[in-house]
Amino acid sequence: MIDIDGITKRYGKATVVDRVNLQIPRGGVVSLIGANGAGKSTLLSMVGRLLEPCDGRITVDGHDVQATPGPELARRLSVLRQENHLPVRLAVGELVAFGRFPHSGGRLSTRDHDHIDRAIAHLDLGPMAHRRLDQLSGGQRQRAFIAMVLAQDTDYVLLDEPLNTLDMRHAAQTMDTIRRMADDLDKTVVVVLHDVNVAAHHSDRIVAMKHGRVVADGSPSEVVDRDVLRHVFDLDVPVSHTDAGPVAMHFGRACTSGDAPLASRTGEFR
Amino acid sequence: MLQLRDDLDRPVADRDADHGFSPRHAALVLAVLAALAVAAIAVFMTYDLRGSLAFALELRAKKVAGMALVGTALGVATVLFHTVSGNRILTPSLMGFDNLYLLIQTGAAFTFGTFAFLSVDVRLRFGLEVVVMMGFALALHRLFLGRARDDVVALLLVGVVLGGMFASLTDLVARLIDPNEYVTLQDQFFASFATVDEELLGVSALAVGAVLVYVWRRTARLDVLALGRDTAVGLGVDHTRTVDRVLMVVALLVSVATALVGPITFLGLLVSNLAYRLVGTFRHRWTLPSAALAGVVALIGAQFAIEEYFAFETRASIVISFIGGTYFIILLLREART
Ligand SMILES: Nc1ncnc2c1ncn2[C@@H]1O[C@H](COP(=O)(O)OP(=O)(O)OP(=O)(O)O)[C@@H](O)[C@H]1O
Ligand SMILES: [Mg+2]
Repeated sequence: MIDIDGITKRYGKATVVDRVNLQIPRGGVVSLIGANGAGKSTLLSMVGRLLEPCDGRITVDGHDVQATPGPELARRLSVLRQENHLPVRLAVGELVAFGRFPHSGGRLSTRDHDHIDRAIAHLDLGPMAHRRLDQLSGGQRQRAFIAMVLAQDTDYVLLDEPLNTLDMRHAAQTMDTIRRMADDLDKTVVVVLHDVNVAAHHSDRIVAMKHGRVVADGSPSEVVDRDVLRHVFDLDVPVSHTDAGPVAMHFGRACTSGDAPLASRTGEFR
Repeated sequence: MLQLRDDLDRPVADRDADHGFSPRHAALVLAVLAALAVAAIAVFMTYDLRGSLAFALELRAKKVAGMALVGTALGVATVLFHTVSGNRILTPSLMGFDNLYLLIQTGAAFTFGTFAFLSVDVRLRFGLEVVVMMGFALALHRLFLGRARDDVVALLLVGVVLGGMFASLTDLVARLIDPNEYVTLQDQFFASFATVDEELLGVSALAVGAVLVYVWRRTARLDVLALGRDTAVGLGVDHTRTVDRVLMVVALLVSVATALVGPITFLGLLVSNLAYRLVGTFRHRWTLPSAALAGVVALIGAQFAIEEYFAFETRASIVISFIGGTYFIILLLREART
């Protein structure tokens, strides 16, 4: 279980994550949604110990994220950031192989190679495994990074907008992979998504953030709801209920603002 | 109905793609560099031998050992510094490391008196100086590297300011020292390879050897470190601690080089970038030995050229600084364009 207890992050006077409490039990896919700047990436980075919280404590299966030795945590928890920049040049296959570092320490066994090959196949990277990352398209690069995280083979996987630059087919494939990681491999995936319909369709639970706080937390049918979405995004979104679950009709409609977003926006700039 | 075309040629994914790196190629590069280093040493040891053979050989062996040590130290230190700072332009020397070493020496000479300072066992002196250098490396990490990691220009400015500050402080302190004493001191600082202290050579060799073993056993972790902080942390590398240790290694290596021959500003930059281009990978098990060997070849080559063609009128470090400085400007221009 991931236990987030009173986590706070401040930059100067701005509190970007505000006393968040969240328990994520073992197994399943949890989506994190919310407007730009809501604090999703910040929260995820703190769980992935890329960022130090100002206050509060995070444990993964009882291990304090800040105190657990790096390699041990890296065998339990992997994290994909929203933006990935590499200072060095390397091939797709090499990057994916780095995902095995916490297990192999750099010396790859046959088992490591199995994981690498499977991750490459899952993300359709076979034909470009030998190509250099800096010579790929943005979406291809994104897939390589997801494959690296997949190869790391951890119980907990944190993905910050993995669909960011993916085309329709690869987005669907990636969501399928994420679903299978939870269903077949018993992993726990926390994924930041912007499309609430994708979130609703693929996750077991949706957590919505706003202004650094968790403002909604529940099953897809509970969160993908006109009133909840209006509160989360300051946007009126009709929701139709189909056989495949709730669908938010967020396209082709005028923006309304329920509860005075202007005031909160000026607040953000101050 | 909308017509869908299905006769499109699929783009060849692999057309002229630059395939990752090939270990065979890198091994070949390493072998050639090793052969060049051996050849350089052999030529340097044997050309134009006159007079007492034993004496000449011993003198040259000392020189060659010094050069090999300095070339290796600067090559390895620069590659390591590039890895922790996430770029290939900054070097320890550009960040003020060797100027600081001179300042420490001058400061100590001023505080304790030049002759008292010089009469302390050279090994003890060196050890204490290294400790101060390591302290500086850690401070640099905390104050600048941690924050401005991605901003090469800012770091470069920091380096210029620090280097300049250390140099002027050294100058200031030097003025306070008795001029006659200062001449003695300067001989120490800008020792040429001909006057290398044998005891210093001994400790330096030991220190460099130990550090190389330490680094060599951690090349896989260094590779992960080179992927950048966040990726490295995600893969379980304790980033702060690892960078601290690497920077202490760098401080030691730069101290060795500076203690033996004084500052050689652009040697590290030159040979490390040469190594990256030649081996075609950032993997440390290839870049570290190639940079070290390139450093040895460059230094012995420059020294040979000086003794042979310039008749000792100039120093190897000046030739290298000129070539390396030109290369540095080319690198900066290329960086500015991308
Ligand atoms: N290094 C920083 N210094 C100051 N403020 C920061 C820093 N990083 C993030 N912030 C602020 O924290 C807030 C939350 O940012 P975060 O990246 O967590 O948002 P997000 O929910 O992931 O948004 P998005 O959907 O755009 O990715 C933003 O208002 C941002 O401006
Ligand atoms: Mg984000």
